Amino acid sequence: MLAVNPAAATAFEPLISVRDVTLQYRSETRITTAVYRVAFDMLEADRFVLLGPSGCGKSSLLKAIGGFIEPAEGEILLEGRAIAGPGPDRAFVFQEFDQLLPWKTVLGNVVFALTAGRALDRKAAEERARHYIDKVGLSGFADNFPHMLSGGMKQRVAIARAMATEPRVLLMDEPFAALDALTRDRMQAELLRLCEEFRFSVIFVTHSIPEAIRIGTRILLLTPHPGQARAELDCSGIDAPDASGRLLSERINALLFERAPAAGAERV
Amino acid sequence: MSERNQRADRMLVVDRGRHEVTERERSLWRSIYAQGWIRKTFVLLVLALTWELYARYLNNALQFPTFLDTLAALWRSLLSGEIPIAAAYTIPILLTGYVAGLALAGALTAFASATRIGADLLETLTAMFNPLPSIALLPLALLWFGLGEGAVIFVLIHAVLWAVALNTFAGFKSLSPTLRMVGQNYGLSRPAYLFRILIPGAFPSILTGLKIGWAFAWRTLIAAELVFGAQGGSGGLGWFIYERKNQLLIADVFAGLLTVIVFGLFVENVIFKLIERRTIERWGMSS
Repeated sequence: MLAVNPAAATAFEPLISVRDVTLQYRSETRITTAVYRVAFDMLEADRFVLLGPSGCGKSSLLKAIGGFIEPAEGEILLEGRAIAGPGPDRAFVFQEFDQLLPWKTVLGNVVFALTAGRALDRKAAEERARHYIDKVGLSGFADNFPHMLSGGMKQRVAIARAMATEPRVLLMDEPFAALDALTRDRMQAELLRLCEEFRFSVIFVTHSIPEAIRIGTRILLLTPHPGQARAELDCSGIDAPDASGRLLSERINALLFERAPAAGAERV
Repeated sequence: MSERNQRADRMLVVDRGRHEVTERERSLWRSIYAQGWIRKTFVLLVLALTWELYARYLNNALQFPTFLDTLAALWRSLLSGEIPIAAAYTIPILLTGYVAGLALAGALTAFASATRIGADLLETLTAMFNPLPSIALLPLALLWFGLGEGAVIFVLIHAVLWAVALNTFAGFKSLSPTLRMVGQNYGLSRPAYLFRILIPGAFPSILTGLKIGWAFAWRTLIAAELVFGAQGGSGGLGWFIYERKNQLLIADVFAGLLTVIVFGLFVENVIFKLIERRTIERWGMSS
């Protein structure tokens, strides 16, 4: 699967490089800037979290990486090449339950993703689909239609579908936000387990600080109106105190919501 | 602090086996009443009885024959082959017009979903022609295509095309943005996107369009045949009705109308119901 790319020869060559990207929405009467000059690099096997309150443009940024929105300024590179439009090398998992095709069974949904764009034959596709459906624990539901599944199960199918295409990066847009707290907790644990097993590179959008800390290896903080990068923090998966004894969650809170950032805030 | 009695925790065993429950028995009357078709049959029987009683009270077979007379006339016309022949004349024309209308609606909607000017064209045309009753075009159609099937099929296409195109396009437009993005994400080609995402995703609306188009076509055809009857053309079910009225065989007129109703009910409740059950009900897409 791993295409050898001369640009990706060194280990620290970013998998995805977002370079001063500005995103704008145009309506007939005005232009709204959703994201203003955001830049970051994401490395192979990172679980890169975009964290911020609503209105910070984190979803828009993810959609731009997915190729659904064209930046008004700046560029987005995947393994050194500028992305042009959506593609199966960046598989999307959405928040909405209706991302599954209601007219296809669980198995059919995953097979669809595998046979849609490329020439994977039906039998191989079905085999691989069953493998990933098994990985998310839904083997017993392969022949069910989506409307018979619970919200958590639907999101698991969406994750299996995205993983089955074996993309370069998984783009997850608040995939657990519409789930109840108990299910969300279990899904986070499952996602981490799958990431450990398959070494996926993930960009994960959320507005929940605990979720960001639990999922992320790197956390990019975005402030709203328009979305601008505030800080990029390293994360070990637990809410650990820094040298001065402040918890990571406290630092994130302070960075996101303090009105006037003190001079030298970049060194947090 | 207020006093609070401590109570012991309760630990229970959860049954992981089969959870069989014997259903509570319903009374015979309620289980009969729960069947939709039994209730509807009952309604039909009451209507038939009212008809019969009123017609007997009126006692004027030339204006309002009784239900039983109508049934007898229907039976006679079925056996003599008159109604089957008329239906065999009507139905192929209906199907030709319907299918041609669908094909044109498909082409127009595909164009509309591909380009913005196509969408404008579709919206303008449907806004103009959808409110125009098809039968109003029959005089023109007769002028252009002469007395015959061509004129009727033209009118039928008009009846089907706009309703189907309008609903299909509305279905395309209301498809959830998430599903659109899913389709684009997996790198579908444009035709594959149309056939594998747009059409199944819009199927509830498309089916509504198919039903409306069918009802329009059926009504239009019967009306067109009545006009043909007036012009002395050859016969389908509408013509059968018109001709029997001229011969003052009013029970036969009612029998013809009954046939039109029964055929319409059959298509609605059997054929379309079957499609619905196999598709949108199975997929959980029926609203």
